[in-house]
Amino acid sequence: MFRLIAALFLLVTPLQAEEIVLGLSRDEVAITATFNGSDVMIFGAVKRDAPAPAGGPLEVIITLAGPQEPILVRRKERVLGIWVNTDAVEVDSAPSFYAVATSAPMNEALSSVEDLRYGVSIPRVIRSVGAPDTVENAETFTEALIRIRAGSGLYQILESEVDMEEETLFRGQITLPAALTEGDYVARIFLTRDGIVVDEYVTDIAVYKAGLERWLYEMSRNQPFWYGIMSLAIAISAGWLASAAFRIFQR
Amino acid sequence: MQIYLPIAEVSVNAFLLLGLGGIVGILSGMFGVGGGFLMTPLLFFIGIPPAVAVATEAVQIVASSFSGVLAHLRRKSVDLRMGTVLLIGGLIGAAVGVVLFNYLKSLGQVDLLVKLCYVVFLGIIGGLMFIESWRAIRRSKTPGAAPVRRKHGLVHALPLKMKFRVSGLYISVIPPLIVGLFVGILAAIMGVGGGFIMVPAMIYLLGMPTKVVIGTSLFQIIFVTAFTTMLHATTNFTVDIVLAVLLLVGGVIGAQIGTRIGVKMKAEQLRILLALMVLIVCGKLALDLLLTPSELYSLGAAGGH
Repeated sequence: MFRLIAALFLLVTPLQAEEIVLGLSRDEVAITATFNGSDVMIFGAVKRDAPAPAGGPLEVIITLAGPQEPILVRRKERVLGIWVNTDAVEVDSAPSFYAVATSAPMNEALSSVEDLRYGVSIPRVIRSVGAPDTVENAETFTEALIRIRAGSGLYQILESEVDMEEETLFRGQITLPAALTEGDYVARIFLTRDGIVVDEYVTDIAVYKAGLERWLYEMSRNQPFWYGIMSLAIAISAGWLASAAFRIFQR
Repeated sequence: MQIYLPIAEVSVNAFLLLGLGGIVGILSGMFGVGGGFLMTPLLFFIGIPPAVAVATEAVQIVASSFSGVLAHLRRKSVDLRMGTVLLIGGLIGAAVGVVLFNYLKSLGQVDLLVKLCYVVFLGIIGGLMFIESWRAIRRSKTPGAAPVRRKHGLVHALPLKMKFRVSGLYISVIPPLIVGLFVGILAAIMGVGGGFIMVPAMIYLLGMPTKVVIGTSLFQIIFVTAFTTMLHATTNFTVDIVLAVLLLVGGVIGAQIGTRIGVKMKAEQLRILLALMVLIVCGKLALDLLLTPSELYSLGAAGGH
């Protein structure tokens, strides 16, 4: 029995002989008042028990995803000469931020079957159960979502931008834009050979508001009445200060 | 210098916001309008989420109106009694407007209604003011022409008359109450202080002198927008205080400068400038509705079913 297990183990191990050892330039991003985007460096090495197996070159895919949220996508149409929002499709779940960086063109680094299985490319991470039957061309809504977010740097495709040295060391960089939602960002690293995933590594990067930003945000949610009063008090005193300052100035 | 806004969750240039606040503040002090109808679309344009822009704008209007009204109080160009009557109507109107707004929201298409409201009201008011003040300027250039006598119409026939000494009026309180009510409803639906509707209404419907109108309008706006701020802060959590502070620092300084410019200008010039500004904003909004947009799709928060 033991022998059988050992034999099986030996049979299985060579398939996972290549493992990811990962380093991150940072495992948290603090959003402070002067936050203006941030670079996350993701680097690592491939650990091997045996010489690299034969086959195509080893490739690396790095993804970084923000918190998932549902989104309503609306489409405008011309009604009686003016442009009006008519159809709307609710996308059940889309990441607020998503970046894919690869060491080779996407179609070489990952087969479409594996993409479907692991959910790597942008269309694969957006879940849309389906639009109501009354809406024509429902898939264009998901395309529009990707187009709009890509336009504002929230969805990024960084093909062939991961450096791979000697099939062992890799390094990639993802730039987080300034307009960032807080939450746990999930970084996934895939090793692929011939488009098949050899190893997967998942880690979290915490993105959160800090300092004054944190305090104001908490207050606006937990003590909205006093937050409102504080806003008005600031407004009134600023108005009075400016008025008083100008009077002195004029004399 | 980039600064991250905690509620809006975007990073923007602080100096850009200070500048925008300053420009809108000058206009606010000059014309007695809160400037919301200008600032809100500008904030959309620089990428602030609409809900945050509308709510935060209310805070800035409170600040610049307060700053402006102090300057007007000193030169005694605020009709406190008229302002109070307008305010009573305004608060009732705002409450009615919020109910109406939520009802329309449940039907969908509230965005369209708001935009159509803007285009129609800005168009009518801007057009009327422009024609009227153009005529007034031409009249003043041809000496000897007799000024048109003010008609004693319906406004003078109604009961509950009250003396408004600062405005030099002895009229019924019903017209100002109705004006306040109507402005309150529109203000709640359109998310603005309503000065751009109230100023012309006070001049043309109530027959108040232009110089008094501005201070009185500002006085009323402070309270209506303070009320709106509290509503937004407690129900939608969309007031971004960092954004508000940046806008109002520029705004209060601008309002002081604007008030001083306004005093030096003739009433007709002031009115024609306000009319032109209103017409420009109206034209821009109308074009947005009529021209084919570059992006037909838009993203919104889900869950509003």
